[in-house]
Amino acid sequence: MRQVIDIDGNVINPDLLPRVAKKELVKWLDIMIAVRVLDEKGMRLQRQGRIGFHIPTTGQEAHVGAAAAIKDTDWIFPAYREHGLAIYRGIPLADIINHLFANELDPQKGRRLPGLFGDARIRFVNPSAPIGTQIVQAAGAGYAARYKKDGNISIVFFGDGATSSNDFHSGMNFGAVTKAATVFICQNNQWAISVPLSKQTAAKQLVDKAAGYGMPGIRIDGNDIFAMFTAVKEASKRARKGDGPTFIESVTYRLGPHTSSDDPSKYRAEKDVELWRQKEPIGRFSKFLISEGIIDKDEPERIRSKYDQIFNELIAEADSRSAPPLETMFEDVFETMPWHLEEQLQEALRFTRE
Amino acid sequence: MAELTIIEAVRLALDQEMEKDENVVLLGEDIGPDGGVFRATQGLYEKYGGERVLDTPLNESGIIGFAVGMALYGLRPIAEIQFSDFIWPAMDQIVSEAAKFRYRSGGMFTVPMVIRTPYGGGVKGAIYHSQSPEAYFAHTPGLKIVVPSNPYDTKGLLISAIRDPDPVLFFEPKRIYRAFREEVPEEEYTVPLGKATVVRSGSDITILSYGAMLHIAMDAAERAMDQHNIDCEVIDLRTLVPLDIGTIETSVKKTGRVISVTESPKTAGFAAELSALVAERWIEYMESPIMRVTGYDTPFPFVLEHDYMPSAERVLDSILRSYGF
Repeated sequence: MRQVIDIDGNVINPDLLPRVAKKELVKWLDIMIAVRVLDEKGMRLQRQGRIGFHIPTTGQEAHVGAAAAIKDTDWIFPAYREHGLAIYRGIPLADIINHLFANELDPQKGRRLPGLFGDARIRFVNPSAPIGTQIVQAAGAGYAARYKKDGNISIVFFGDGATSSNDFHSGMNFGAVTKAATVFICQNNQWAISVPLSKQTAAKQLVDKAAGYGMPGIRIDGNDIFAMFTAVKEASKRARKGDGPTFIESVTYRLGPHTSSDDPSKYRAEKDVELWRQKEPIGRFSKFLISEGIIDKDEPERIRSKYDQIFNELIAEADSRSAPPLETMFEDVFETMPWHLEEQLQEALRFTRE
Repeated sequence: MAELTIIEAVRLALDQEMEKDENVVLLGEDIGPDGGVFRATQGLYEKYGGERVLDTPLNESGIIGFAVGMALYGLRPIAEIQFSDFIWPAMDQIVSEAAKFRYRSGGMFTVPMVIRTPYGGGVKGAIYHSQSPEAYFAHTPGLKIVVPSNPYDTKGLLISAIRDPDPVLFFEPKRIYRAFREEVPEEEYTVPLGKATVVRSGSDITILSYGAMLHIAMDAAERAMDQHNIDCEVIDLRTLVPLDIGTIETSVKKTGRVISVTESPKTAGFAAELSALVAERWIEYMESPIMRVTGYDTPFPFVLEHDYMPSAERVLDSILRSYGF
């Protein structure tokens, strides 16, 4: 398993340590902390009954390294615990918060469960909820990029549970056969809601699946942002050259529940979670930055306070907004509204008049 | 002007749109050097190469999911599902993904793609090479559904489907792929989606149909005229979603009698939708019960397929019952 820094932030594989500007490294930390704070806010808002649902990301913030490893014009197909990729690409944070509240300013027009958002401006594809469907779509997009010869690639995230899905098989196979410019990244966080990896597959490790599809696989410590960065860098180079896709198994852990509706105490022991909490990505990356003299020891806390304030202001604003107007229910089914939807819209409007 | 069959009209439309727009890419099983099992793509691999006429692995959900990704990226993929009976593995990618991308993303991501698939019975294809699954898709918001019945419309509708900003299911009536020829202009033209056409004017009974069954309906209408002096108006719907309600309205208000003819099973089929629409809107114009002539509620048979599918005799029987009510 590829590891560049250990859980105390010590460099254990100096050959793999990428040369990245200090300012960029601080940006990585900044965004990882933004994701963590956003997660804490989201969970609290859900418990307060102010938003309907929440999908935690805590423990998986090293995914930010993937955004840093590719070009801004590459396409990202997220699963749903990869908010950091969108934040790295510059999605307005207000869009995310308005989306959580599903209010009138939500770019998704209040149509999605909180956490399931995308943004075409940053090529961060709007995710589904059926598991794995984006894997084969990413392969198709990677094929399209190669067909257009525009130098772009696609990267796709999915969980360990998704490796059992039809579309994992379709995507890996179609991607490999057509040499699609795609990087497949499995965030193996050990749990598909309550089902552990051992019940998901009889394979010794998920990375072994790559060989069956005729593509290289890399197994990385998914809580080590340098491992993520270097693996995605390597794989994207290969994809861009036209040599086809790569499968990356990123070994991580879902420290929180599956969603706000889940109670993990029913299926896993707190002591196991505690073991993984020691390995979480933000603490170890902070230690690395501090020991290298890139930040001082108070910087993580300063970043945290900054986002605490930013999100609090955005939340107050978003909470004061109305729900999207009724008309939006009938928009975007097709580009142009056909007569039957126009008729149904008029019917719905009759019941909203006071 | 050349006289073409439906399958040749499909090929011509694909060829001309590929020539015109580099973003048009074909994918499916056996569509490359083999030219497709019905020869819809014959010669296109040689002309445009394997990157644009992509022979895919044997996996329908893969074909559609891959096409969704292509369409998101800005291509105009045309996916072939070899027989519509094999479309079910792709149901999730069609219903959960292609149909919902525009909506779920607030209009930010769109999936302009065409799924071409031969449908229908009458070709000795038995249970898994004969079905008509259009009703399943008509139930899903976000999909347009087109079923041509002749070569001229096939070319014009397929070009409209390829240029449409939304996902379109294009059901091709394989029973009449080569049944007859008709003049099809070489030059570019489109037949708009969402527009039906009156193929036989009449004053006594409105018959609504599409695809291969349109010809059964026409046959029955001619017999009704010749043998019973009953003058049927036959409407080829051409597009099921969005439906041309205006053309139906004008006709049923005139005739006061309606029969829908489809070859899919009866219960919750598209004929049921047509009946409901007519009943909801114009029941006061009706002079007889709104009728359906459809396939039966059984899986598609083999040796008994001609007893299963609507025949001119069965349609004529309904015409007489409607007229004599």
